[in-house]
Amino acid sequence: MKFFIPPQLKRLSLAFALFISAFLIIRYSLIPKSFGQYGFYRGASLGEIAQLPVKYAGHKACLVCHQDIDDLKQQDVHSEISCETCHGPGQKHSENGDTTLLEKPISRESCGMCHSKNAAKQKEAVFQVDLKEHNVKKKCIECHNPHQPWNMKK
Amino acid sequence: MEYEKVKPSRRKFLKSAALIAGTAIGFKSLNSSRYLLFAAEPNDKNLPWYGIVIDIEKCIGCGKCAKSCKIENDVPQEPFFFRTWVEQYTVKNDGSVNIMSPNGGIDGFEQQVPDGEIFKSFFVPKMCNHCSKSPCSQVCPVGATFESPEGVVLIDEKYCIGCRYCVQACPYGCRFIHPVKKVANKCTFCYHRLKKNLDPVCMEVCPTGARMYGNLKDRNSKIVKFLKEHTTQVLRPHLNTGSKLYYNALHSEVK
Amino acid sequence: MDPHIQHLYEMLSKVQGYIFPNELDLQWGILIVVYPFITGLVAGAFILASLERVFNVKELKPTYQIALLTALSFLLVATLPLISHLSQPQRAYEIMITPHSSSAMAIFGFVYLWYLMVVLLLEIWFDYRESMVVWSNSNKGIMKWVYRILTLGLSDISPETVRWDKRLGYFITIIGIPSAFILHGYVGFIFGSIKANPWWSTPLMPIIFLFSAMVSGIALVMFIFMVISYIRKQPIEMKVLDTIGRYLFFILILDFTLEGLDQIHRIYESDESFEIIKLLVSGKLYLTLFISQGLFGTLIPLIILAFLQFYRRAISIRKTLYLVVSILVLIGVYSMRWNVVIGGQLFSKSFSGFTSFKLGLIGLDGTLMALFWLLLPIGILAFLLWLLPPWKMVERKE
Repeated sequence: MKFFIPPQLKRLSLAFALFISAFLIIRYSLIPKSFGQYGFYRGASLGEIAQLPVKYAGHKACLVCHQDIDDLKQQDVHSEISCETCHGPGQKHSENGDTTLLEKPISRESCGMCHSKNAAKQKEAVFQVDLKEHNVKKKCIECHNPHQPWNMKK
Repeated sequence: MEYEKVKPSRRKFLKSAALIAGTAIGFKSLNSSRYLLFAAEPNDKNLPWYGIVIDIEKCIGCGKCAKSCKIENDVPQEPFFFRTWVEQYTVKNDGSVNIMSPNGGIDGFEQQVPDGEIFKSFFVPKMCNHCSKSPCSQVCPVGATFESPEGVVLIDEKYCIGCRYCVQACPYGCRFIHPVKKVANKCTFCYHRLKKNLDPVCMEVCPTGARMYGNLKDRNSKIVKFLKEHTTQVLRPHLNTGSKLYYNALHSEVK
Repeated sequence: MDPHIQHLYEMLSKVQGYIFPNELDLQWGILIVVYPFITGLVAGAFILASLERVFNVKELKPTYQIALLTALSFLLVATLPLISHLSQPQRAYEIMITPHSSSAMAIFGFVYLWYLMVVLLLEIWFDYRESMVVWSNSNKGIMKWVYRILTLGLSDISPETVRWDKRLGYFITIIGIPSAFILHGYVGFIFGSIKANPWWSTPLMPIIFLFSAMVSGIALVMFIFMVISYIRKQPIEMKVLDTIGRYLFFILILDFTLEGLDQIHRIYESDESFEIIKLLVSGKLYLTLFISQGLFGTLIPLIILAFLQFYRRAISIRKTLYLVVSILVLIGVYSMRWNVVIGGQLFSKSFSGFTSFKLGLIGLDGTLMALFWLLLPIGILAFLLWLLPPWKMVERKE
């Protein structure tokens, strides 16, 4: 049987076939190689994200040199608190030692971040004082050792 | 004549059908593992499936989590971009609820309502819920945000086109557009630290242990034991996001 | 300080209630209001054109080519507000090479291509092909080659081949109608499927978008038809305007009913989000919703159109009223897009507060840019009407 194909369709089919093949070729060349490796995303990005630099060393890193401070801490209520909570990011320091020192927060406000009185803080969660009334002229560390807070200095 | 009238539509139909079928096959070959509802499932036996627990009873609003997160993850310090933040809820005796999060809680909180007027007050830390049926990865048009095999929702910063559809789709408000990188950004669960066997920073610096995380597949992990012994809830459960962030002692006023 | 950051500090002072810290800045601005407006015009103009071709509404014959060329001009511009709003526009091609099948936005690339190439261009081609061959033969120099290329080199205009033009064009129009529905319906679905946003999330959203699109497209064709006839100093047959007006009237009623149903449902069910939405609608959205979209965009046009169904006397008054109606309707539909896109982002997902939106004048997301995208199609239309003048086409023997 002979089919009659109108000339417009012949011309259009050619044009569309060219367009679609061009599209498929361009797509193949542009699509990233690792795409679809684990799911609908670029598999290589997992590795890229994993390589990002670390700024906080984690408390285990501090113990390498500062075990003595941790021994003090373990005997008192601050035992579970990580060093970097108060002292800030320590990765550079753990790599370069003395050349990159960490901050030593000594102001009343910095202790107050946790300990200032606030109705939203559960009493069982943290010991609270009213900073406006409790020994206003002194720094907290004049009486309390931050690593052994209840071991009061006389 | 009858015969000719049928033909062009049939020809056109065949052409259209072939085009549609070809496109469908093309889509299939893109190797997307799931189509509509589920972004991911814990299908890798060797990898952990991370979950998070936040204990409202233990959060004291110190803001160290929000502060350290910004430092660790290069988030600008301005008060408009947060991967995690802490909210304070104050329910007054007259029933009104006051919610605030000044600079995400990084500078701490000052009590503004006098004790006598307060019915109850508490802090709620917020972060990405790393949903297992995340609406954000469902709507991303190019596959730039996804769930890793460990169940961590991540963003491919080199592939994101910045259409902001994911920001619209997240019910928890935890996404933003990074002002410098100009792509979507959000909590990555410190994936780069997990891969080095370090804890996410917010978990590391929390002084009261209000934030916990662990492998939901491990029955002996701290987090699974906690889930067993406490009543926990997720935010917006009716949206069925498969949120893996479980709150202990969540109050009904929390949004 | 970076101007964007400074702008954010200003917005911070305008926050009402509590919003999530990341929600200060609106993610989708005026360009995302313009995009659904433009695709709506395309879909609506095409539906009007197909009324003539498929449903044989003979009164609309003078508007057929104008409607198609209008649709094409706006379609060519449609992607541009989207691409210019991306914060990484150079990566826009990714939507074509790795479209995420679960994302409504990803369909965009292919639906757009399909509609542009298979529906709109083909329909115009089949309609103009015979005339383009004639123009190719009667012109000299570069225009001869322009028309030659446009006909894809096919110069056969025997009666049999021309009959195929008609049949194929008819077939394309038939598949064009559902294609137009998908082209604009998916935009409604982009909003309607976001469960996180209660102002957007409703199954009615694609339908509402579609009907308001038809309304806007019909109004646009009416407006352009009147303007072109005025410029060409051609008298307008009132039955053309009356027919367009009649279709506009009925579809506007349907559109109004659907939008009313959406709101009534929301008010009745009064779910978790209702309190904040009530505040939104009576506060920040009052002007654009009740006055601009409701009163000027819907109610007044409905009253005028109802009046014109009966009033058949002074022609100049009727023409002026039709002109006024088309402009009001276009403003109303634009306001509807504004209310959906901007309104949905003004309230926080905490349902406890509002942020603010300040529309800038300059910049990629400013008023001038939006105006440019809206006016560029008019320029393209003028060019197309010069290249493919409907009034110089070869007379088709019916």
